[in-house]
Amino acid sequence: MKLRKSVALAAAVAALSLTATACGGKEGSAGDKPKGPDGKDTKALSYTVKKDASVDSPVFKDAKKRGKLVIGAKADQPYLGFQDQSTKEYSGFDIEIAKMIAADLGFSAKQIEWKTVDSGARETTVSKGDVDLMIGTYTINDERKKQIDFAGPYYHAGASLLVRKDEKDIKGPETVRGKKVCSIVGSTPLQNIKKPKYGAKVTELSKYSECVAQMLNNQVDAVTTDDAILMGYAAQNPGKLKVVGKPFSAEPYGVGLKKGDKALQKAVADAIKAHQENGDYKKAFEATIGKSGSEYKNPPAFTDPK
Amino acid sequence: MSASVLFDAPGPKAKVRNRIYSVVGTAAVLGLFVWVVLRLNEKGEFEGALWDIFNYSGIRDNIFEALLATLKAFVFAGVLSLVFAVVLCVGRLSDHRPVRWASVIFIDLFRSIPLLITIFALWVGIVGDMTPFWALVVGLAIYNGCVQAEVLRAGVNAVPKGQREAAYALGLTKTQVTAGILFPQAVRSMLPTIISQLVVTLKDTSLGYLILYPELLYSARLIANNTPVNGTYPFVQTVTVVGAIYIGLCLALSSLATWIEKRGRRTKTGIAVAAAAEPAEAPGVLDAAAPEGPGRAEDGSKGPDDDPKGTVGKSN
Amino acid sequence: MNVLTDNLSLFREGFIGTVELTVVSGIIAMVLGVIIAAFRVSPVPPLRVFGTLWVNILRNTPLTLLFLVAFFILPKILFPDVDSFVLGVVALGFYTSSFIAEALRSGINTVPMGQAEAARAIGMSFTQVMRVVVLPQATRAVIAPMGSIFIALTKNSAIAGGFDNVDLFNVTKTLSNDGYDITMIFIWVTVAYLIITYAINGAFRLLEHRMEVAR
Repeated sequence: MKLRKSVALAAAVAALSLTATACGGKEGSAGDKPKGPDGKDTKALSYTVKKDASVDSPVFKDAKKRGKLVIGAKADQPYLGFQDQSTKEYSGFDIEIAKMIAADLGFSAKQIEWKTVDSGARETTVSKGDVDLMIGTYTINDERKKQIDFAGPYYHAGASLLVRKDEKDIKGPETVRGKKVCSIVGSTPLQNIKKPKYGAKVTELSKYSECVAQMLNNQVDAVTTDDAILMGYAAQNPGKLKVVGKPFSAEPYGVGLKKGDKALQKAVADAIKAHQENGDYKKAFEATIGKSGSEYKNPPAFTDPK
Repeated sequence: MSASVLFDAPGPKAKVRNRIYSVVGTAAVLGLFVWVVLRLNEKGEFEGALWDIFNYSGIRDNIFEALLATLKAFVFAGVLSLVFAVVLCVGRLSDHRPVRWASVIFIDLFRSIPLLITIFALWVGIVGDMTPFWALVVGLAIYNGCVQAEVLRAGVNAVPKGQREAAYALGLTKTQVTAGILFPQAVRSMLPTIISQLVVTLKDTSLGYLILYPELLYSARLIANNTPVNGTYPFVQTVTVVGAIYIGLCLALSSLATWIEKRGRRTKTGIAVAAAAEPAEAPGVLDAAAPEGPGRAEDGSKGPDDDPKGTVGKSN
Repeated sequence: MNVLTDNLSLFREGFIGTVELTVVSGIIAMVLGVIIAAFRVSPVPPLRVFGTLWVNILRNTPLTLLFLVAFFILPKILFPDVDSFVLGVVALGFYTSSFIAEALRSGINTVPMGQAEAARAIGMSFTQVMRVVVLPQATRAVIAPMGSIFIALTKNSAIAGGFDNVDLFNVTKTLSNDGYDITMIFIWVTVAYLIITYAINGAFRLLEHRMEVAR
């Protein structure tokens, strides 16, 4: 009994000392500081906010009323959608795309309320209306179109493989037979790599970053998902990881929104188009995924809405 | 050790033997500990840079905010679960058979479904639209409310029959008897068990990670995932810090229960205060088998339940 | 209705997954629980301290946190390249072992001191006291809480579904992502869990009944 109390006391003291000192401490971001995802390069980018934007959509009207646009984003993908845990700020290509769209809808960057949404929860979050727009390496496919609508694609990624630097056997999707490949629940590359054609053993986790951690722990041999995401991790862990093989699937990224909201869908598409034409898109690309080694490609043609 | 049912006070031979065991045991336990520490050290987990992340005000604020989110969900869920518990308990003790049955079915049903699935279903929208916060709170409240209702019922049953009869004889209505005589005493005698179940509620707020509620564990995962230091993800470090916070909070709550139990033992109202349910007895997330749950927590001597076997709960 | 018929094999996989997780981690928990309970009642102080720490730490930690430890720390410091199933049952087994240890200890404590003293007074050895006096009574007292613990374990195994294990929760999530109506999924998954928990409940009731003696 005595012991239990002292344990309780020690733990309570530890917890208190931590929380009591919640203020104070070092400023800035903790952890590694690779170029790019800390947002410094994107600080220079800004978009003109349209004052008179108006869209005939209930989602848009609600957002206007509350003065905030709620955008779902990824938080753990460097150079694409990444949240610095010290500053709570988001950065990356998807984040810039989101800011562009918000600007054209009449919301400044400050008027965006970000929400971190994991891959497996995206459809539900969008169709429930927990977020107004979902912008987070969101592949447009027919399965998902049954539940939500997309605007885009604004970028073409392709599934690829990330392995440890010293990996020799895995050179592409044809060489993963019997290897442990990690991806996340409900992702398209995972469905592909599972097929008998490739025959990999899969590990499903809820975040790609956890897959990467598992690979550094030697728990899995490869991580598969879109090349743009993988390049980000490779750049985040220089000298430890590399991307191998050619992309083996097409992953067109779109903006997810509530099903049936045609007006908003069009407004979002128009916003992306406008920024692609005025050069913001390219600048944003170069300030974000460009830094991780992805080469700039001209934006793909729109399929949603045509 | 003379207080144990298993052993007599050791004689000279046993003393020597126990001393040898003690040395061997200490060596083994310490050895295990040292080995883990060495392994961690080998992997560079004690490097200052990895722990340094907690010196950043941003990370601290982040953890602090997450802790508040956890506590907020806990307070809401705790209070709501007690409200649910009273309602369900009244339903179970009702004179109307349909009401009684409905309560029994409700309690049994939600105690057999994993809380994780209840929360997920609530969030996806099995009944209307819920934000992650409310899905978590309502899920926790329903599940824990069911458990607490059984605890309360056990407490009500433990009130000596004579009191109820006397109250009726005085002409009090059923509501008056329940609200004025039975419940106050039930709550009082069951307080330690109720608090132990609240510890479970607190622990289970961590299931909110699944539905993107930014509670402590969810934030810890993000910190570990997003703040690599020299290419190492600080899982060991965040888990240590966050684990200490959880254990500290839970132990603080449990010791409150133990304290109340001890205090209750000194008073003489005729109703035994339940064992602080050394939680194995109110195993919380654990525990579904109907009446044994709270019954077990009762203090050995009298099983308030209709189940005389449910009386393991004797702490120390 | 068609949620079930469309995805029968998935449901079967999930059901089997949940049962496997429960059984294997139940065995681990049982073995560890007995050892830790023995530590806690032993006359050797360091072992008692170890047992107390084990129980108090594991019981006051959220299970999800233990899963994080099992998946992201264990492979790092001990053995890499372990199956997710193994990691899952280790987390579940360790967590549950603390509850089992406590139940066993309380069970032993239900045996009145006087009985053991009397047994020793008539010259019974330690093993005899255990076999004839303590264990039979303790076992009976422990069965009911044990049933609750195993039912709880079944439910807790759902958390493994979020960590690369196929179980009923994993099925729930997958089907919900595929756009099936959550109400129907929920109903069928509930039925599946009820089957398992009622089976455990029944087994323990039966056991209890068998061991019942007039007192």
